[in-house]
Amino acid sequence: MLSIVKGLWIVFLHMFRRRVTVQYPEQKPYLAPRWRGRIILSRINGEERCVACYLCAVACPVDCIALQATEDESGRRFPEWFRINFSRCIFCGFCEEACPTYAIQLTPDFEMGEYVRQNLVYEKEDLLIAGPGKYAGYDFYRVAGLAIGGKDKGEGENEAPPRDVRTLLP
Amino acid sequence: MNDTVRSLLIVFILLIASLSVAGMLTWVERRLLGLWQDRYGPNRVGPFGLLQVVADAIKLFFKEDWIPPYADKVVFVLAPAVIMLSVLMSFTVVPFSSSLGVVDLNIGLLFFLGMSSMGVYSVVLGGWASNNKYSLLGGLRASAQMLSYEVFMGLSVSGVVLLAGSFDLRTIVVQQKAVWYCVPQALGLFVFMVAGVAETRRVPFDLPEADSELIAGFHSEYSSMKFGMFFVGEYLGITLVSAIVATLFFGGWLGPFLPPPIWLAIKTFVIVCFFILLRATLPRLRYDQLMGFGWKVMLPLALLNLLVTGAIRLAMG
Repeated sequence: MLSIVKGLWIVFLHMFRRRVTVQYPEQKPYLAPRWRGRIILSRINGEERCVACYLCAVACPVDCIALQATEDESGRRFPEWFRINFSRCIFCGFCEEACPTYAIQLTPDFEMGEYVRQNLVYEKEDLLIAGPGKYAGYDFYRVAGLAIGGKDKGEGENEAPPRDVRTLLP
Repeated sequence: MNDTVRSLLIVFILLIASLSVAGMLTWVERRLLGLWQDRYGPNRVGPFGLLQVVADAIKLFFKEDWIPPYADKVVFVLAPAVIMLSVLMSFTVVPFSSSLGVVDLNIGLLFFLGMSSMGVYSVVLGGWASNNKYSLLGGLRASAQMLSYEVFMGLSVSGVVLLAGSFDLRTIVVQQKAVWYCVPQALGLFVFMVAGVAETRRVPFDLPEADSELIAGFHSEYSSMKFGMFFVGEYLGITLVSAIVATLFFGGWLGPFLPPPIWLAIKTFVIVCFFILLRATLPRLRYDQLMGFGWKVMLPLALLNLLVTGAIRLAMG
C-alpha cells in the first residue's frame, strides 16, 4: 500500500523533470563526425580520389554499390559510372573501411527521404563532393609508385628515383 | 413549454459537452502520460497538439467498419451503443449547481449505481458477440470483475448516504456545506475510488482489455467508430466516476467565487488527472488477485466503514 503511494509520488515528481524527447525537425540531434550516414565520394586537389578498385563493391554486404572502371589516356583509373542504391544500403561503413584511397566516406547526414523509390539510387554526380571529406591531405597517386600524367616514376612523395636493375653500379 | 425548452437545451448542452470532454480526455491523457514519462506526447497537430483529437476522429471514421463474418451481428453492433447509452444516462443525475442538471431524482445515487453497472453488459456482449476466444476471455473477466467490485462499490457510498440521509445527489452536496465528506468518509472515498477504477476498467484493473495478454480483449474485433464508441465510452466513464466522486466526497459544485459548474469541472478534472496518474504508475493486477482483493480486503473495509459510520450516526442521534 505504502509502495503504491510512493510510486504515485515518484511518477508525479517526474512532472518537473527535463523531457528527453528531441523535437526533431526544429531541434536537430547531435551527430558525431564519424556518424555513418549518407555516402559521398571525395576529391583531392580537384581530382577524384576513387581509383575504381571495386573493393567497396566487394565489401558491401547488401551489394548496393555498382561501378565501372575506366582509365584516362595518362593511365589514371577512375569510375566511368558509380551507383549506390540507398534503398538497399544499411550504412554499415564496410565500404569506407575497404577503400584504399579514402574516396568513399560516410557522412553525418540521414535526411534522405524521397517520395519516389527510384530517387534513392544515387549516381556518381550525386555522390561526388568538391573536397576531401573527413581525411584531408591524402592523395593516393602522390604516394603510389605509379606513373600517370604529370607524375613520372620516382616523383611521388617519399619516393626514391627508380633504380636500373640491369646495372651493377651503385 | 418554457421548462421543456430549458430541459431540452440542458440535455443537448450536456450531451455535446460530455462527448467533447471525452474526446479531449484522450488528448489530456496522452499529454499527461507523456509529462509523467519525461516526454511530450502529441504536440504536433494544432496548438499544443489540441487538434490531435480531430485527427484521430477523422482517422477512425475513415477506417473500415468491419464485422467479422462469424460474429453475432446484431449484438456485435449493439454492444458499443450500450456503453455509451448507460454512461450518458448516468450523467443525467449529476448536479451541476443547485438548479442546473438534467433530472433531480430523489434516488439519483441508486440510478447512477444501476446505470453505470449496465456498462458491463456492453463489454460482456461485445466479447461474446465477437466469437473470438480472446474477446470472450475479456468479457468473462469483465463479468467476474463486476461481481467483485459492484458489491463494495454500493457499500462504500452507503456511508455518504447515511451521513446525508438521502440518495439525492443534490441533498448530498448541500449537506457538505460544512465539511466535505472526504474527511469523515476517507475510507469510503478510498474504497469508492478503487471501485471506480474497476468500474471504468482502467489500469490497474483493465483486465478485460489487457493489451499484453488478451490483445485488447473484448474489443479485439472492433474497428472504426465502433471501437471509437468503446473508447469514448471509457473516457465518458472516467469523467462520470470523477464527477460522482467530486459530488459525493468533495462537495460537488460548492466553492467560493467561481460559478458552481466551474467548481464541479475543476474538481472532476483533478480526479481525472489522478486516474491518469494511476495509469502512469501501476501495473495490471492478475485476474485472481483482483477478485481476492475485492472480496477479502475491499468488502470488509467497506463493511467496517459502514458499521462505524452507522454506529456514530446512531450515537449522535
